[in-house]
Amino acid sequence: MARGPWAVTGPWTPSQTPDALRKRYTRSLFFLAVLLFPLIGAMIWLGEHPFRVVENLFVFSNRVAGWVGISIPAWHLTVISAAMPLLFVLGLIQVAPIFMVWWEMKIAAHIQVRLGPMWVGRWHGVLQTVADGIKLLLKEDIVPIGADRVLHFLAPVVAVAPAFVCFAPIPFGRPGLTPVPLDTGVLLVMGFSGLSVIGLLMAGWGSNSKYSALGGLRAAAQAVSYEIPRVIALLPVVMWAGTLSLGGMVQAQSGMWHGVVPRWFLFYPVVGQISFIIYLIASIAETNRTPFDLAEAESELTSGFHTEYSGMKWAMFFMAEYAYMFLACALGAVLFLGGGAPLHPALSFLPSYFWFFGKTLFMVFLFIWIRWTYPRMRVDHLMEFCWKFLIPWGLFNVVLAGLFILMRSR
Amino acid sequence: MSNDKNPISTVDQIPQTTPSFKGGVEPVGRVNETADSLINGPCFETKMERISDHEMLLNMGPQHPSTHGVLRVVLQLDGEVVTKAVPDLGYLHRGVEKLAEHRNYSQFIILTDRDDYLCAMLNNWAYCLAVEKLMKVEIPGRADYLRVISGELNRIASHLLFIGTFGIDIGAFTPFLYAFGREREMILDLFEQLCGARITYNYVRIGGVSNDLPDGWVEKAKSFIVHMRECLKEYDDLLSYNPIFMDRTKGVGVLSKEKAIAYGITGPNLRASGVNLDLRLQAPYGVYSKFSFDPVVRTNGDCWDRYMVRRDEIAQSCQILDQALGDLPAGDIMGKVPKANLRPPVGESYAQLEGARGWLGVYLVSDGTANPYRLHVRAPSFVNLAVLQETLTGWKVADVVAILGSIDIVLGEVDR
Repeated sequence: MARGPWAVTGPWTPSQTPDALRKRYTRSLFFLAVLLFPLIGAMIWLGEHPFRVVENLFVFSNRVAGWVGISIPAWHLTVISAAMPLLFVLGLIQVAPIFMVWWEMKIAAHIQVRLGPMWVGRWHGVLQTVADGIKLLLKEDIVPIGADRVLHFLAPVVAVAPAFVCFAPIPFGRPGLTPVPLDTGVLLVMGFSGLSVIGLLMAGWGSNSKYSALGGLRAAAQAVSYEIPRVIALLPVVMWAGTLSLGGMVQAQSGMWHGVVPRWFLFYPVVGQISFIIYLIASIAETNRTPFDLAEAESELTSGFHTEYSGMKWAMFFMAEYAYMFLACALGAVLFLGGGAPLHPALSFLPSYFWFFGKTLFMVFLFIWIRWTYPRMRVDHLMEFCWKFLIPWGLFNVVLAGLFILMRSR
Repeated sequence: MSNDKNPISTVDQIPQTTPSFKGGVEPVGRVNETADSLINGPCFETKMERISDHEMLLNMGPQHPSTHGVLRVVLQLDGEVVTKAVPDLGYLHRGVEKLAEHRNYSQFIILTDRDDYLCAMLNNWAYCLAVEKLMKVEIPGRADYLRVISGELNRIASHLLFIGTFGIDIGAFTPFLYAFGREREMILDLFEQLCGARITYNYVRIGGVSNDLPDGWVEKAKSFIVHMRECLKEYDDLLSYNPIFMDRTKGVGVLSKEKAIAYGITGPNLRASGVNLDLRLQAPYGVYSKFSFDPVVRTNGDCWDRYMVRRDEIAQSCQILDQALGDLPAGDIMGKVPKANLRPPVGESYAQLEGARGWLGVYLVSDGTANPYRLHVRAPSFVNLAVLQETLTGWKVADVVAILGSIDIVLGEVDR
């Protein structure tokens, strides 16, 4: 056979055959385990200490003040101890999206037989999102001609602000690790997380763009509809735990059922699973992610409500999206996966925040997995799905939960 | 003006564009007040007076992520429902047919690559068929086989890109990176080894092909076919039978058999509407008569069928490739054609073949000189696109993208 000028002999480079992929991923998992090992070790060593350190900081500073000879007034400590958890929440909302975006980039890449960012930060592009953030800060802020300048400016603020409130009553581990322990935590989170859609609507209207307007209207319709099944999905948990406080729910879910299954609501027969699935679907819809990302629908509306946004304003929408995703996952972890409760009492040497963040990240992974697997629904199918499927099943589930609880109490 | 050399010296001297949505009638671009053309108006926003108050005009494209290039469609929307759609073409017009009159016969092959850049092999082939018909050249058997092999591989590559981009249109991003970033890359690697190029091949020449197969190429192609068949199952799991995908595409944008024939639709779009018409089967050119392969026909004519026809055609092409690679004859790859100073006799010829998007025809008029007197390309995308206006009406914005995607146009070929 003739030999062409560009001939390359030998068999096909088997870099992406299933066998090669399997080998590569096994190796990656091994490396990941090696990396996680010291982290988990540190957590075990520290126990619940990181938070005790904060608590003890006040005692320590008081003592130092005593040595120096200054007396710190008691109200200073009250203010500081009230401000510390709030600062923690504030920091978390800023840091969580940075991590989650990177995580999503990496997971999406590996789902799609790519590698994702590999350069910035040297190790698997860990600093990619930080670089992106800096870039977004430095970008020009463009306001389109004819836009409603006030609405255009306020929209990202309105979208992102409620997220800060929503994190306040979340127990980041054992019930004691709640920034603001509220008796009506679920209600507050549900109420405030519904507010951000006003921001999307403002962006849609204020941008003076038809794509934005369509996106904003879609977002509003979607959020109003999916709020209902989401709340309905939470009702069985509330009924079962008998409290609206999120800390109380974590307490209700610690322990084991018959010493075999963890006492998480997810494992409550039938009702738990239906609730969880409805909650998951409705949360994905609430956070505007594929298959329910109609509000931004990249292939139809170019970018939907944030078509006309750039720079930091756009980044705030982005931050809001990821903050709400983290919130939905944290709430899901608290309500269905027992929050800071360990898988088994024997594993309680791992601190509660490890379990909380582990479960939350698992939920985040579910979100990402679903996003990069499914196509987008159409707007009328979306509404039908909500009103004709999710809500009836949710209501049925509430009735079922009521019956179960009644039967047990008899 | 403070500075005569530079008339615009301060920021506020920059002429401000008047926003057109305020009802201003300032002409922007062409002025054409013919009754029908919503699209050719000075600024179509001003025509909003003519549509009812609960409707709006949405300008989709030419810069839009899913118009597959630079197609512009002006949609008249009632809420999200399309009441009228007017496509606007010509943003990628390069005058290829006119350029042909200033190139000699072999030089024009490289321009055919640019017509339908997703299956350039078939474009080369269609043009060469027309010239060969005019010159009555005998093509050696091996060259004919190589044309079939490269052509079918390119058809697979083109359909793979369709599967990927159609997935994106529907909102599924991942299949794109499977089809486009993995399988299609393999084909491009094969082509790179075959002719040195990955997109614009210039491989099929008048009288034969440019290069023979390098060593080990056949085995590599065979291993690709095995891989491709496995991947089809993967696409089925991920996309074809995905409930959301089927919801979005089944029954959407139905193109009836009669309408498809009336509009002159060809290729996969026609076969999705239930017409079994494939030039490779009904009017075989080259060596297609030597292969046996199953026709791919679906009956509903909706977006899902158009998708499935292409998905099945990948399997069909694999079937042809199996046979072609199996009994590839030895011999020359070029027929007896003068290398320089190619002057076909006076006359005209029309040759067509089954392209990835339909009948790809080339009409050629020769006046006996070294350049064609006139050349016309029957571009399947262009003809298929005509049905868009009627099909879109009554569907939602999301379906517009699905229908447009399922018709599978390539703007390079539409505008030429």
